[in-house]
Formats: sequence, structure tokens, C-alpha cells
Amino acid sequence: MKKLLIPILIIAAVGIFIYTKAVGSYNQFVTQDEVVNGTWAEVETQYQRRADLIPNLVSTVKGYAEFEQETLTGVIEARSKATSMTIDPTNLTQENLAQFQQAQDQLSGALSRLLVTVERYPDLKANQNFLELQAQLEGTENRIAVARRNFNESVVTYNQNIRTFPNNIFAGWYGFEGKGTFKASEGAENAPTVQF
Amino acid sequence: MKFLLENKGAALFLIAFFLFSNASLFAQDFPPVPNPPRLVNDFTQTLSSSEISQLESKLVAYNDSTSTQIAIVIMKSVGQYDISDYAFQLGEKWGIGGSKDNGLLILAAMEDRDVFIATGYGLEGAVPDALAKRIVTSLIIPNFKTGEYYKGFDQATDMIFKLASGEYTAEDVQEDGNSGGALFLLFIFIFFFVILPLLRNRNDNNNHMGGKGGGVDLLTTIMLGTLLGRGNGGKFGDFSSGRGSFGGGGGFGGFGGGSFGGGGAGGSW
Repeated sequence: MKKLLIPILIIAAVGIFIYTKAVGSYNQFVTQDEVVNGTWAEVETQYQRRADLIPNLVSTVKGYAEFEQETLTGVIEARSKATSMTIDPTNLTQENLAQFQQAQDQLSGALSRLLVTVERYPDLKANQNFLELQAQLEGTENRIAVARRNFNESVVTYNQNIRTFPNNIFAGWYGFEGKGTFKASEGAENAPTVQF
Repeated sequence: MKFLLENKGAALFLIAFFLFSNASLFAQDFPPVPNPPRLVNDFTQTLSSSEISQLESKLVAYNDSTSTQIAIVIMKSVGQYDISDYAFQLGEKWGIGGSKDNGLLILAAMEDRDVFIATGYGLEGAVPDALAKRIVTSLIIPNFKTGEYYKGFDQATDMIFKLASGEYTAEDVQEDGNSGGALFLLFIFIFFFVILPLLRNRNDNNNHMGGKGGGVDLLTTIMLGTLLGRGNGGKFGDFSSGRGSFGGGGGFGGFGGGSFGGGGAGGSW
């Protein structure tokens, strides 16, 4: 009887240890997962905000620059494509995210083409309404950049956590998978230096 | 093996070099939080020292009365960063603004000839992007074009004062730091879980735990003690983290951990 007691105690101790460790890391995964969901919601909000600004912008531009139908319809189409593209936050894989980013980048491209053509219409450029829309649009782009950076940071922390040993084992049990991040846009490499 | 041994020094040097260069790279991109804390930070000697102290005292007075922190940073170049991106990251790193994220950063990069007003989360309502843009285009840029940098900052901060006043006052933040509610909850907790059982147990010697003696047993006390202790730490830690923005009468007390979400606008001169 005494011989059995010691192994049983050891097994019990190991069992308790693994159990507490598993519970602890599960809760940690859930917490970090929620952080990622939160930052993702912020990304979506800011993209939605941009999409909401576009109808106003288009109608303002229309009044001045009727000849730019092509650019305008390009923006409208890209917008509807971008807004129809939503991702289930529980399924933030690299591919899904790349698709989402592509749709949004198309809209960014169409918008910047529109803003370039506007340069040809001095009346429009002086329009107070247009100037404010432009400022709001720039602000939204900035917010998108910040939201995307925060999202990437939270995903990196989450991925690091679930992929390091021994958390990777627990993550496998519970089915937590790595998430994708946004890729930096091209042309950001040729770097001059910061000087105070 | 011999090769390895001979090159150990070189390898160590390389490792040290990489570690060091990484660290310095990060440090190079963003200046450390000024110590002693200052609201006006001119790294380029664009403003004279009397102009700096005038702006500083104006901004410190505004911070003291409204808790809104407006910081000015003048540097040479933001390099590969967008000035907006740099401004948000710098504001975030320094923690400009108090617990309500009511911070604002005016960043000027002299060699890039770019200026940007970054508004913290809490000021996005008071200083919307369109107004920030108007401040930049109508107050800052015309003055900067003629080289009157002080005048540009002075007029811009005056306008921001007008926009932001009424949004936050120093009282709001002080109320925020009040931990009376937490203390009250703690008291109720102690009353129900410690004092009431104690009182009950005085009359009723059977404490429903199988043991004999009266009162709460040791284990329960310890558990309650740790629970209380833990709850305590979290609560008070939370309250103190957002503060630290009041430096009393004299100088500026320091940044309070404000956060930037991408609000603001900029322009070039």
C-alpha cells in the first residue's frame, strides 16, 4: 500500500501542475485573443469611416468636375467592393487578411487618383466643403494606419505566445491558431534617417 | 575547433555589435522623454531661449488649469516616417496627455518643412481634423513661411486653447483619481464576509466546517486576506497610472500616459 502511495502522489502532483498550467495559458490565450479582436474592430471601424466619407466626397467633386466620370465611377466601384469584403474576426488568417487588404488598397488607389485629378480644378480646390472633406479623409487614413499598427502589434504578441513552448501544445489542444498581419505597403524601404 | 576558439572574440564582438546597433537604432528614431519633463522641446535651436520659456510657461499654465497637455516638438527631420505617423508614435511613446488621453502634439520637422498637429483620443472631439487642418494652413504655415516660428506656435496654441477649453478641466481629472468608491466596496466586502460571519459565529458555536472552535478558520482567513490584497493592488494601481500630470506650482509635472489614435492634420511650408 505504501509503495503505491508515492507514485500516486507524484502523478497527482504532476496532474495538478499540468492542469493549472493549462488553465492559466488558456485564459491567457483568451485574453490576448480578445485584445486582437478589439484592435481588429478598430481597424474595421476606421475603414468603415473612410467608406462613409466617400459618398459626400463624390457628390462634392461631381458638381465641379463632371468630366471625370471614369475616375468617379472607379472610386464608387472600389468602395462597394471594399465594403462588401468583411472578415469573420474568428478567422483572421493571412489569406483572408491579404484579400481584405487588397480590396482596401484598391479603394486607396482609386481615391488618390481622384485627388490627383482634382488638382486640375482650382474652383473645387478652393471649396471649403471639399477642403474639410479632404482633411477628414487624410485624418481617416492616419487613423487607419494607427489602427493597423496596433492590430499588427497585438497579433505579434498573440502569435508569439501561442507558438512558444510549452504554450504551443496547449494552443493545439484548444485550437488556437496563429493570425495574419497587415503587410507594409511597398516603397517604404529607401530610408533617410531621423534627425532630432 | 581552433578556428572557433580564435574567432570567439570576433563572434562576441559581432553579437555585441548587433545587440548594440539594434538598441541604438530604436533609440535613434525617437528621442527619449525629456528629463526634467518639458512641454516645449526644441532640438534645433529654432526658437530663442526666451521664446521657449514663454511658450513653456503658457502651456504649463494651461495644463495646470485644464489638465490638457499640449506639447511642441521641433526637430530636424522625421526621415523615412510620414510626419503624421512619427507624431502619433512620439506622442504615444512620451504619453502626452493624462488619463483621458487629452494630449496634443505640434511637431515641426525643420528640414522637411513639414508640420503636424496630432490630437490625442480625448481631444478629437474638441479639435477635429478639419479644424486642425485649418489651424495649420491659416495660422502656422503663413508664419513659418516668413520665418516667424514663434508667432506660428503662439497663435496656433492660442486657437487650440480656445477650442479645447470647456472640454476638460483640472477638476475632472482630480475626481477621476478619487478612490472613494473602491474603498466603499472594500468595506462592504469586509463587512459581509468577515465581520458578519464573526458575529454570527459568536452565538452559534457550530461553524459548519466540522471543527470546533468559534470564528472563521485560518484557511478561510488567509484566502480572504489574499483576495483582498490582490483586489487592492489592482484597483489602486489603476488609479495611479493615469495621474502624475500635476506637478504643483512650478514647472511641468510630466506626461501622463495619453494615447493617440490618428487624429489631427498637417501641412508643408
